[in-house]
Amino acid sequence: MTGVLTIDELTVDIGRPLVKGVSLDLHPGRIHGLAGESGSGKTLTSLAVLGLLPRQATTGGSVRLGDTELLRMGRRELNRIRGRRIAMVFQDPSSALHPQLTVGHQLTDHVRTHLGLNRSDARDHAVEMLERVAVPNAADALGRYPHQFSGGQRQRICIAIALACDPDVLLADEPTTALDVTVQAGILQLLRDLATERELAVLLVTHDLGVMSAIADDVAVMRDGRIVEAADRATIFAAPQHDYTRGLLAALPGSRLETGTHLEEDGA
Amino acid sequence: MSAERGTGNRTDVLAAGWRTRLRWPRAWRSPLGILGAVIAVAWVLVAFTASWWVPFEPNAQVLPRLQEPGVDTLLGTDGTGRDIFSRLMTGATVTIPLALMLVVAAMVIGTVVGAVAGYFGRWIDETLMRITDLVMAFPTVILAMVVAASLGPSLFNAVIAAIVVSWPQYARVTRSLVLGLRGQNYVIAGRLLGRSPLKSLTVDILPNIVGPMLVLATLDIGAAILLLSGLSFLGLGAQPPTAEWGSMISSAIQNFDAWWLGVFPGLAILTVVAAFNFLGDALRDILDPTAEVARENQADRTSSATGAAA
Amino acid sequence: MTERIVLDARDLVVRYPGSPPVVAVDGVSFTIAAGETVALVGESGSGKSSVARAVAGIDRPAEGNVRFDEGPVEPLGVRRRARSLTAIQMVFQDPSTSLNPRRRVGDQVADGIAAARARGLEGSRPEEWFERVGLDPSWVSRFPHQFSGGQKQRIAIARALAARPHLLVADEPISALDASTQSSVAALMRDLVAELGAGMLFISHDLAVVQRIADRTLVMYAGRVMESGDTAKLWADPQHPYTRALLAAIPKPDGTGRIPAAPTLDDRASWTTVPPITD
Repeated sequence: MTGVLTIDELTVDIGRPLVKGVSLDLHPGRIHGLAGESGSGKTLTSLAVLGLLPRQATTGGSVRLGDTELLRMGRRELNRIRGRRIAMVFQDPSSALHPQLTVGHQLTDHVRTHLGLNRSDARDHAVEMLERVAVPNAADALGRYPHQFSGGQRQRICIAIALACDPDVLLADEPTTALDVTVQAGILQLLRDLATERELAVLLVTHDLGVMSAIADDVAVMRDGRIVEAADRATIFAAPQHDYTRGLLAALPGSRLETGTHLEEDGA
Repeated sequence: MSAERGTGNRTDVLAAGWRTRLRWPRAWRSPLGILGAVIAVAWVLVAFTASWWVPFEPNAQVLPRLQEPGVDTLLGTDGTGRDIFSRLMTGATVTIPLALMLVVAAMVIGTVVGAVAGYFGRWIDETLMRITDLVMAFPTVILAMVVAASLGPSLFNAVIAAIVVSWPQYARVTRSLVLGLRGQNYVIAGRLLGRSPLKSLTVDILPNIVGPMLVLATLDIGAAILLLSGLSFLGLGAQPPTAEWGSMISSAIQNFDAWWLGVFPGLAILTVVAAFNFLGDALRDILDPTAEVARENQADRTSSATGAAA
Repeated sequence: MTERIVLDARDLVVRYPGSPPVVAVDGVSFTIAAGETVALVGESGSGKSSVARAVAGIDRPAEGNVRFDEGPVEPLGVRRRARSLTAIQMVFQDPSTSLNPRRRVGDQVADGIAAARARGLEGSRPEEWFERVGLDPSWVSRFPHQFSGGQKQRIAIARALAARPHLLVADEPISALDASTQSSVAALMRDLVAELGAGMLFISHDLAVVQRIADRTLVMYAGRVMESGDTAKLWADPQHPYTRALLAAIPKPDGTGRIPAAPTLDDRASWTTVPPITD
């Protein structure tokens, strides 16, 4: 079965190969986790999907959204897909929002571009979106600026902006890493609910295996530009096959570190 | 451990790669910068050597009066029979070294004031910056005129006047740079290690603002030349018969029909000011701190990528 | 472990100007003994960093006092810091601004050594410290931009420890680092500080790491310490509702797909009403 977004043998080369043949299938309503340490190529993979790689990067393989090949698409066509059919949520909600524009402005702007709504319809739509992501006093919130919200609420607003055009695919790159744990829990619940209720295919990129275990349906573990293991959540956590996955899980808290282990640990 | 070591080595190689591959091409990609550098260097060479090779004594009235540019006298002669070309080149020996001196002096004064104000803050900052504001509030040329007029018109006094009006902008820029750096972790760490404020300034802060200050100074050389020529034009700087561009233009007004009297000094000012501005712009691009940060992040990312690979 | 108290902070209050003034720290007291690692955990905005800056003498607290090795901690001012106070060192969150970009890293570690020597302690060489923090000693003549974030943080740690501190204040020292190096750097700090017989105030929002390295833990919320005590005990049997919520919010990597319960606004309001719990 092929999914809504199919990544097939994707390679990314920036001076040297950094992603070396990654294949993933995203399905509606499912959250697909991409785990790995930084430098493993997981973020590059998600950037490649949106065509956001640096100019000097060369790509190979294919990324298909339904029947459309994204990798060799022109800038203008890609722009029509970005935000409309594939949306992205970033790690740092404070820098993902424009500090000088109201939340309402940022929420309605691209809705009007992509969906062709008029001003008042776009506004209603924005209020609806903010209510959905549980930002309190949604109607008032439209007139406020990003700095007037807490980090968790900003991330909720980012999610609302991402989902405003009702995309098929959501790429979430470390969406909760910059947040406090008590806030993180709420965002995770929101992502899970949205994926289910909107039939959204989510690619969740994170290094946090706890987050992965909480909401991902399928998990792929990346290392050095390759997927070393991919399975459903229960299998990955209960019966990891690959040594690297086992190592990652073993490194998680549970036992106090022994003195001196730091030297070996670096050789990941 | 082995991975960390491997990473470091590669970062090193990478960093070196960025240096040679990225820095230079970026500079060369700015043709105006190259043009500016060539013209500026040429003028500076002229400024320091002209007295040995100009065809005529700049003040010698030995040629036919108001001769048009031609073979004998490259750029013509003026109303008293002096060779314009020789005077123009000699003018460079007057204006350019003085402009450089002016900029250096203004930069030193401004940097010291700004650094002290920014670093110590509070009432020191308030006092110094209000004085700076006061000086800045006067229109530059008017203030320079006041200084030059009260000290008496001479080239040296014009330079003093120009320094008085030029240092505040350096103070402002330095202060804001120092304010930004003062809270940096390495500055605080240095203080926690027992470094005195003065040492902290000279070791941790000033070396890190040299780049932007140099850019500002380069851009300012053009302005300094304009200011000096302007004061001379107004009769407050160089006095006749000294060959100076501003006063040459000024005296050209007496013979309005002889276009070459005013055009060539004007062109000289234009080329030298434009050259230093182009050079400054190119320098700014090369030394741009944000570009440096971006490069560093890039290196960070690639190095962690290699780290994982190792 | 010796029970020599190196740091004694009493009723610290930190306010930031504004109308009304923001009270970042609202009456925090704690002590740190030599050789002990005390963790300060809490969410962003809970006042952890303000405590760190007050304790290290970077900012002057509005109220309360900080005593270090039996003397008061004088905040940094226009004077050079008293020699005895160079035994308080700090490691910062952001390694990219922790080192002077224009100086060789070896020279910067040597600054730490010079501070130790100024207090009459035996000298050492930067290379030794590089070795100790797990870096190649031959790298001393490099510049900071040639290192990755984790390596820069190790150099900053080497510089702080080269001053042979009695107290190391670490303000989120690992949160800017790669996930894979976080716990190793934290463990390295704990080991080296213990080796020097110094105390450490380790500030972090990462509860997992804190659990592994701290002897005692202070849990801060809204400028106050809500619960403090032995780390293992606090983890096993949290008393304060905030501590409980904090621990319960960490997703467990157990593969069950359980999403931790998010505290409601009512929960948040209730946390400040329950009095702090100390042992």
